[in-house]
Amino acid sequence: MSTTDLVDYDEAVARFDPVIGIEVHVELGTASKMFDGAPTEFGAEPNTQVTPVSLGLPGSLPVLNRTAVESAIKIGLALNCEIAELCRFARKNYFYPDVPKNFQTSQYDEPIAHDGWIDIELEDGTVVRVEIERAHMEEDAGKNTHVGGATGRIHGAEYSLVDYNRAGIPLVEIVTRPITGVGDRAPEVARAYVQTLRDIFRGLGVSEARMERGNVRADVNVSLRPTPESPLGTRTETKNVNSFRSVERAVRYEISRQAAILDAGRTVTQETRHWHEDTGITTAGRVKSDAEDYRYFPEPDLVPVAPSRAWVEEIRATLPEAPVARRRRLQGEWGYADAEMRDVVNAGAIELIEATVAAGAVPAAARKWWMGELARTSNTEGVELADLPVTPEQIAQLQGLVDSGRINDKLARQVLAGVLAGEGSPEEVVASRGLEVVSDDGALLAAVDEALAAQPDIAAKVRAGNLGPVGAIIGAVMKATRGQADAGRVRELVLERINQG
Amino acid sequence: MSTISREEVARLAGLARIDLTEPELNRLAGELDVIVESVARVSEVATSDVPATSHPLPLTNVFREDVVEAALPVEDALAGAPSAEGGRFAVPQILEED
Repeated sequence: MSTTDLVDYDEAVARFDPVIGIEVHVELGTASKMFDGAPTEFGAEPNTQVTPVSLGLPGSLPVLNRTAVESAIKIGLALNCEIAELCRFARKNYFYPDVPKNFQTSQYDEPIAHDGWIDIELEDGTVVRVEIERAHMEEDAGKNTHVGGATGRIHGAEYSLVDYNRAGIPLVEIVTRPITGVGDRAPEVARAYVQTLRDIFRGLGVSEARMERGNVRADVNVSLRPTPESPLGTRTETKNVNSFRSVERAVRYEISRQAAILDAGRTVTQETRHWHEDTGITTAGRVKSDAEDYRYFPEPDLVPVAPSRAWVEEIRATLPEAPVARRRRLQGEWGYADAEMRDVVNAGAIELIEATVAAGAVPAAARKWWMGELARTSNTEGVELADLPVTPEQIAQLQGLVDSGRINDKLARQVLAGVLAGEGSPEEVVASRGLEVVSDDGALLAAVDEALAAQPDIAAKVRAGNLGPVGAIIGAVMKATRGQADAGRVRELVLERINQG
Repeated sequence: MSTISREEVARLAGLARIDLTEPELNRLAGELDVIVESVARVSEVATSDVPATSHPLPLTNVFREDVVEAALPVEDALAGAPSAEGGRFAVPQILEED
């Protein structure tokens, strides 16, 4: 296998103008599937979340989930789209074991939402407007597992196993218009766009939007042209890029790869490509089939959807504020500096901090915990912040214990470790680990006397009015009480003792 | 005069994963031609002021509430499967597409 020629990224974007387009699929968080009452619980045993409709059994008939339609309209409105007065479903015919009916029920030429836009914000605060072509409803497919073969990939597989739990889960697919004029920032724009959509889905409450569970999946289209005035070049579509970082990397990679092809005087093949998370490269998939190969036709078993204008307005009235506006408002309320807020946004900590503040912590303390100790834990463990086994309420409680003087910062970190280790709430960890600050003056005085007696020369200096070395005495007391003393109180007691002496 | 070529039938057969013999391709090209020509006669009466109709009933917005119903027991779900393993349908190896 020959290695793929790549052009250095900076050179590639100096010579070519990249154009990107992104298709995002989001799995809606409905309780039941798109066209039947099968449950949608994540991680259930194979084929335990299916009905005759999910399996495409003969005679089964689909009935559309009202909540799924409502969620699709919410997404459309949040993306400033027009909502169709009338739209239909279509059958997209293809033969593959993950689609038991031999067609996917989707929308084709009549999406429920179309012609919108969304403003996204890059890390340095630059705002880019992305135009939305359409957002349409469709159903998810089942999941294939390939058995046998050396690599576990399809080639060499002896047979495949299919689980239809995911088949029929409602999806909304959002398609951008070509995103032009972003030049070398195309990878960053792609990432910020997907991140913004994730925030919107969560804000709307239409999906948990967990990337690692495949709730949000992106297909990234990339093409290059010599100048911004040239017609669009031939594009490739890299499928199933499932993390923010990968979206950025996949766009960068395709820019470098396509630049090498064009530099060599060859032409880019229009095809779908596979993204390889481990190696950070894309490889050729199938040559893009024509839409007519799918032989789309209107789904006769589902009548058209005609959302009344009254219904659309009712839904519009429930929409939360857009992520960019919300961020500005929260930054103002919390008093964070621009750089602090950006870090919070990039760490995906907005909701966590918001909930921590709502639970009673001051914004600065909430940020300190989530962006400090917890961000470090999340990095070392390779777990998203939101997935750490600690709730915003517990963080607020922890800070409450510090504020009331029952524990100090050092003890608080130990309490947090206990909470993360599943030992219960901060209160429970304080009790079970015995981490409360020693505030019993009797116990502290004994430790102070001991420390003074052990370091008579320092004690003498302090008595003589030189307060410089008093820290050594305080340190000894803190050590003796294993950090459980309040350093401020220890200092008071040391000075008291010396003055008495 | 034929509007459906043998090649088009062969292509459709490929998309539908149907293995057709040479005589079948020839015969179907002719038969499909008759069907297409018959359907084409509809456009003789359907003038431009008649909208294309996908659904004959004047119904829209038929919804169900988002309520979970009982799923099939896994043994029922797999009852018609020629082969199954670990609660999953076993199918012949997949060589193309992903």
